[in-house]
Amino acid sequence: MAKLELQNLSKSYSAKVTPLKQLSLSVEDGEFLTLLGPSGCGKSTTLRLIAGLEPPTQGEIRIGGRDVTQSLPGERNIAMVFQSYALYPHMSVYDNIASGLKLRRVASSEIRRQISEVSLFLGLENLMQRRPGQLSGGQRQRVALARALVRRPDVFLLDEPLSNLDALLREQVRAELKQIFSQQNAPIVYVTHDQTEAMTLSSRVAVLNDGLLQQLDSPRRIYSRPANRFVAGFIGTPQMNLLHLDCNRSCAMLGQYKIPLPVGARSLSEVILGIRPEHVRLVRPGDPIVIQGEVVVVENLGMSDLLTVRVEGKPEFVRTMLSPDQSWSGKSIKLSIPPEMIHWFDAQTGNRVSDATR
Amino acid sequence: MANSARSTAPRLGLWLAVGLILLLSLAPILWQLLTSLKTTADITAIPNVYFPRQLTLEHYIDIFQRQPFLRYMLNSAFVAVVSTLLCLLIGTPAAYVLARLKLPGEQIILTGVLIVTLFPYILLFLGLLELVRNFGLANNYLALIVPYTAINLPLTILVMRSFFQQLPHELEDAARVEGYSTAQMLLQILLPLTTPALVTTGILAFIAAWNEFIFALTFITRDSMKTVPVAVAQLSGTAVFEVPYGALAAATVVGTLPLVLLVLLFQRRIVQGLTAGAVKG
Ligand SMILES: Nc1ncnc2c1ncn2[C@@H]1O[C@H](COP(=O)(O)OP(=O)(O)OP(=O)(O)O)[C@@H](O)[C@H]1O
Ligand SMILES: [Mg+2]
Repeated sequence: MAKLELQNLSKSYSAKVTPLKQLSLSVEDGEFLTLLGPSGCGKSTTLRLIAGLEPPTQGEIRIGGRDVTQSLPGERNIAMVFQSYALYPHMSVYDNIASGLKLRRVASSEIRRQISEVSLFLGLENLMQRRPGQLSGGQRQRVALARALVRRPDVFLLDEPLSNLDALLREQVRAELKQIFSQQNAPIVYVTHDQTEAMTLSSRVAVLNDGLLQQLDSPRRIYSRPANRFVAGFIGTPQMNLLHLDCNRSCAMLGQYKIPLPVGARSLSEVILGIRPEHVRLVRPGDPIVIQGEVVVVENLGMSDLLTVRVEGKPEFVRTMLSPDQSWSGKSIKLSIPPEMIHWFDAQTGNRVSDATR
Repeated sequence: MANSARSTAPRLGLWLAVGLILLLSLAPILWQLLTSLKTTADITAIPNVYFPRQLTLEHYIDIFQRQPFLRYMLNSAFVAVVSTLLCLLIGTPAAYVLARLKLPGEQIILTGVLIVTLFPYILLFLGLLELVRNFGLANNYLALIVPYTAINLPLTILVMRSFFQQLPHELEDAARVEGYSTAQMLLQILLPLTTPALVTTGILAFIAAWNEFIFALTFITRDSMKTVPVAVAQLSGTAVFEVPYGALAAATVVGTLPLVLLVLLFQRRIVQGLTAGAVKG
């Protein structure tokens, strides 16, 4: 009903500062889109443009088919949750939640009904008369959510709403958020630089870097088929191994080991081989790609050990996750790189090489 | 026991210091208060009489009966209130703009504002006198209200600006997204949050206007229009060479009282204003 569409949206503050470049995307009703990217990549800027707090330099914003590019923030029927929650300190929790409805002259009995519904849902009934200053961080966060939910907006915008919470609470509220927003029938745009949040909450993820959209896909595909080198390195912890390799007659050379290239990469002289540490494993008989190396660093991650292995005959390192049932440090081990788990990227452009062979 | 003895000594020193500072800053006021309550005989007695042997209100009755002292106080109040309100009314929007918008010449404007505060106030006097004469403003309260407002404006702008700067920007953004118009946002969100700072700067401006002497002495000559500081200075005794110490003291006490009441009344607000940075969203 209120699909959100961005078309060629750009924003520059000055000739040098262009935090957003030609962003086009659309978010359907009930869809949870996450903008994910490193600090300063233009996530907040995008939200502020959608909310109308900042005019775009170029491009168009449509909500439910209506062009709102020139509309005032208040005319767009958008609810936004800010990182600092931005609760009005001089108003009680009740008045904070009610403020948007009061502005729209909703009858006070109706306001009361809606607020009691939302507050029951979020467990805020007993806090209604308090001031925001008398609440804990988690409670403030829920008040901010209530203020957004009660308005039944056409679009929800959330700017890093969990970043002010401690790790334990964050995990708990994350699950709550997922439940709350699965019941909302409006586009949701969520900003975070925490990939766990992005992966767990979203129906789609837009990875931004330096103001440019890198990939727009489901969380699963972002992880399993990163569109370029940046996404490959940004998504997933521990970070994907990205090895810069020379090519020699349709094979990439990793030290003395030859790795056959996919069809699309045969013409390249250099490629980047990407393999996630969790996919590199100890060798088993019959493995096609085997490398040998010496373990130089062992990091204990709890459920597994993260090993950094120096590949024999080459100054390259490969990181792998292995079970912590034996001591690895200093040993020379043989590792297998399963060909179906390899991501190939063009060393020049950084783009994924089509892997039509599979 | 040994422990408590050790901690008593520093505490004793602390209270001694507090007492000394209190004595030092309050002694003149106390002396005025006591003088105003002494009989004339006690005031002029040699050796000094420190504590009134007989309390009297004769000086207080005196200043209100022999002079229209209530009138002077109302005059002062009018001038101070109007110039304070003007100051806040002009200074606050200016401060808001300087804090929030990126103006091209912002630094220059701020430097200008700062330099104006450094300008010796007495040098303005001759120029102002000329202006007052040209515009025929003698014996008109505008001659006081306008300069008081102008003199207090820079401080108001600077204080209010730094207050607005530490107010989280996101509050205003949130209000705008919720549909507050600019006027509604300023009045319903910003103004309530700004009250402590407004009260603090307002009181400073009020005190400055209430106590100002030279302009009030020169620009206002009609007796019924005089302000308190001038009236106090011009109190005369019954005889030519008699200095009316008792009446002077009483007038000083009465003239200071409104300021003391004002500060006490808004004390909580002032403290809030000074710690307003604690508003974390
Ligand atoms: N008002 C402004 N004037 C000039 N440059 C700005 C302004 N606001 C943001 N920028 C710049 O735009 C870029 C993107 O900022 P933005 O706030 O969108 O980053 P972000 O992706 O939200 O980062 P973070 O994760 O740190 O919040 C930054 O380089 C920032 O310096
Ligand atoms: Mg941000």
